[in-house]
Amino acid sequence: MRALAVLAFLLAFLPGLAGAVQPDEVLADPALESRAREISKGLRCLVCQNESIDESNATLARDLRLLVRERLVGGDSNAEVLDFVVQRYGDFVLLSPPVRPSTWLLWYGPFGLLLAGAIAAVFYLRAQRRPAAVAEPELTGEERRRIEALLADEDRNS
Amino acid sequence: MIAEIGHYALVLALLVGCAQALLPMIGAARDEAGLMAVGDTAAIGQFALVAVSFAALTWAYVTSDFSVANVVANSHSAKPMLYKVTGVWGNHEGSMLLWVLILAFFGALVAAFGRNLPPSLKARVLSVQGMIGIGFLLFILFTSNPFERVFPPPLDGNDLNPLLQDPGLAFHPPFLYLGYVGFSVAFSFAVAALIEGRVDPAWARWVRPWTLAAWTALTLGIAMGSWWAYYELGWGGWWFWDPVENASFLPWLAGTALLHSAIVVEKRDALKSWTVLLAILTFGLSLMGTFLVRSGILTSVHAFAVDPERGTFVLVLLAIAVGGSLLLYALRAPSLQQGGLFQPVSREGALVLNNLLLATATATVLLGTLYPLLLDAMTGERVSVGPPFFNATFIPLMTPLVLLMAIGPMMAWKRADLAGVLGRLWLGIGVTVAAALGTFFFATKAPVLSAFGIGLGAWLMMGVLVDWAERARLFRVPLGDALRRARGLPRAAYGMWIAHAGLAIVIFGMTGDILWKQEVVVAARPGQQIAIAGYDIRFEGVVQVDGKNYQAERAHFLVRRNGDYVADLYPERRFYPVQRMTTTEAAIRSTGLADLYAVIGEATGEGVHTVRLYHNPLVPWLWFGALVMTAGGLVSLFDRRLRVGAPMRKARQPDALPAAAE
Repeated sequence: MRALAVLAFLLAFLPGLAGAVQPDEVLADPALESRAREISKGLRCLVCQNESIDESNATLARDLRLLVRERLVGGDSNAEVLDFVVQRYGDFVLLSPPVRPSTWLLWYGPFGLLLAGAIAAVFYLRAQRRPAAVAEPELTGEERRRIEALLADEDRNS
Repeated sequence: MIAEIGHYALVLALLVGCAQALLPMIGAARDEAGLMAVGDTAAIGQFALVAVSFAALTWAYVTSDFSVANVVANSHSAKPMLYKVTGVWGNHEGSMLLWVLILAFFGALVAAFGRNLPPSLKARVLSVQGMIGIGFLLFILFTSNPFERVFPPPLDGNDLNPLLQDPGLAFHPPFLYLGYVGFSVAFSFAVAALIEGRVDPAWARWVRPWTLAAWTALTLGIAMGSWWAYYELGWGGWWFWDPVENASFLPWLAGTALLHSAIVVEKRDALKSWTVLLAILTFGLSLMGTFLVRSGILTSVHAFAVDPERGTFVLVLLAIAVGGSLLLYALRAPSLQQGGLFQPVSREGALVLNNLLLATATATVLLGTLYPLLLDAMTGERVSVGPPFFNATFIPLMTPLVLLMAIGPMMAWKRADLAGVLGRLWLGIGVTVAAALGTFFFATKAPVLSAFGIGLGAWLMMGVLVDWAERARLFRVPLGDALRRARGLPRAAYGMWIAHAGLAIVIFGMTGDILWKQEVVVAARPGQQIAIAGYDIRFEGVVQVDGKNYQAERAHFLVRRNGDYVADLYPERRFYPVQRMTTTEAAIRSTGLADLYAVIGEATGEGVHTVRLYHNPLVPWLWFGALVMTAGGLVSLFDRRLRVGAPMRKARQPDALPAAAE
């Protein structure tokens, strides 16, 4: 099923598959190159479906990869590179959205849920310790019939 | 003609489904055995009819009947037979038919093997299954009919997308659907129990095997999809937090929680209404996954408007199923009686914590998957939620869960002694610390993260081993006695240990992939030597080869280590002329501990090709671990306790069947 959606986009946007970074893009300095890869993994290929520019073969992704490397060679820090890209393409390019009022629910939601769940669990666990007045469950007529049938069966077999 | 039979059988299945939904429910309400028994016949009949329909479509594919529109759109006469068959479900209409086939299959299983169920519960379960069947049959007949004809028939078809012409992906959907749809049984049991107003340990015992079977199939299905992504997409990635992947992962997470909470209902008669809710939500997430993938909404909110008919239909179906069952839940759950009592520090308490973490993780993945859609729909603001978000939220939630997985199973029911459990785990703690420290000092990059991942895996693995040794009283009683005890331990316990150990193996695999992966990308000429991870690899060049329905460029790499021959690798780039599409076939040499992974790219000059080589340590463990988890599910499934009706050995004698008494 994943494939069905993936392929729709592959068909639309990708000339082919197999990796993204081309040999001519790789920087000579391995430290700089590994920083470039790290940054690329957090940047969205804007014309693709949920692919980072590190994974995508689209031309736009290549342009962005080259841009990132250009800035790094120019002496930018990782944060400066990201700032530069965001200024050009907007927040949509970040695969990890910035924290601001419209994404509070996204970033704090899981924490809030965990907290709410934990409180509910604590209440539940406390209630579970105290024996409430629980009546012994009674058998229904149907169950009584079945038990009798099974017991009769047991007698026959033994 | 055959296609019309298939279509007609589907309409009949719908009518039978109506009978299945209505009559047993009325029968159960009026306590009329005759009406309740209709459920069995209807469920089996519905399965037979949908099977006829599915066989008809398969026949159209196998014989390349290009008067059927669906076959034209997705098949080609030159396609290998395997992919003609798997092409049946490699498209929207056919995959929905497969969905209904599996649904009817599970319904028939309940009818056939549910002899020990109380008749009214069984009738209601089958009725709810019938209702789900009606919804999906209507969906197929009105929006996605696979039997539509074209006139005049074209000479040949458009072929199946080449990416789907792959054994890993060919069998990925059936297992995924076995999982998705398998949860429908848990759902039907939950709704039936709410109508009955009774949830008791016996109910949990009936629900567990179905949930377990669905979970096992889903685990395998997800693993196959991930494996396919690894070798077919051509750069060694295996999980992308793609919305479509998340759509299958969400029911898995919720199903895992359900599997564990049902244990508490079965053993201790507690957590009842929560378990019922989880059963509803798990199937709700399965439906939502189907909706998300089928509606095209994942592409963007706007794509939904392009072909809204199908999407709206599934959305309404989802709203009725989930909304209706939640309403029923709100009305009836408060009347469910509270059961067994326990202290917070106990096996029950550990399982509550397990459920809290799994439920939060499910909600987090759901939130991350839907957030861009919701924000876009409500404010028009566009954000991307990708792997960095999921890694930052999911991993912190899973870490305490894995820590708990070693401790929880060693805790006693009702009231446990945490200090005692940790005391018995001293060996585990020691090994974990040693493994983490060792990794920290030997890791080439990201030592803290490596130490963390390997430590976590070691902790879980040790937890499993220590628990098993304790239960067998290994080293405490003579070895022979211990082994005898070990043999006597229930299969459900072995299933748990195996599945938990499988997860530990998966964690090792993830850590290895993230932290020790090596990659070389070069433009290589024939004869060029490339070094990676201690291997010397010579690029021998590229030749043209012809496949049945494609042409390929096949590269040859000669792999040596310290001058000794290791392997030949033949990665390919295939061109499928009918679909005008290129795919890559990675060549992978696996030692079991690491994969050497080669991909050939485009020619960039005379004889020069882009070559990508990866060395992926521990990555094969990802799928090995997933298989071990699947095996754990199967072992647990064959526990005697779950084969309801076979609790006594003598009951296996043919003359002792209790049928006579009923």
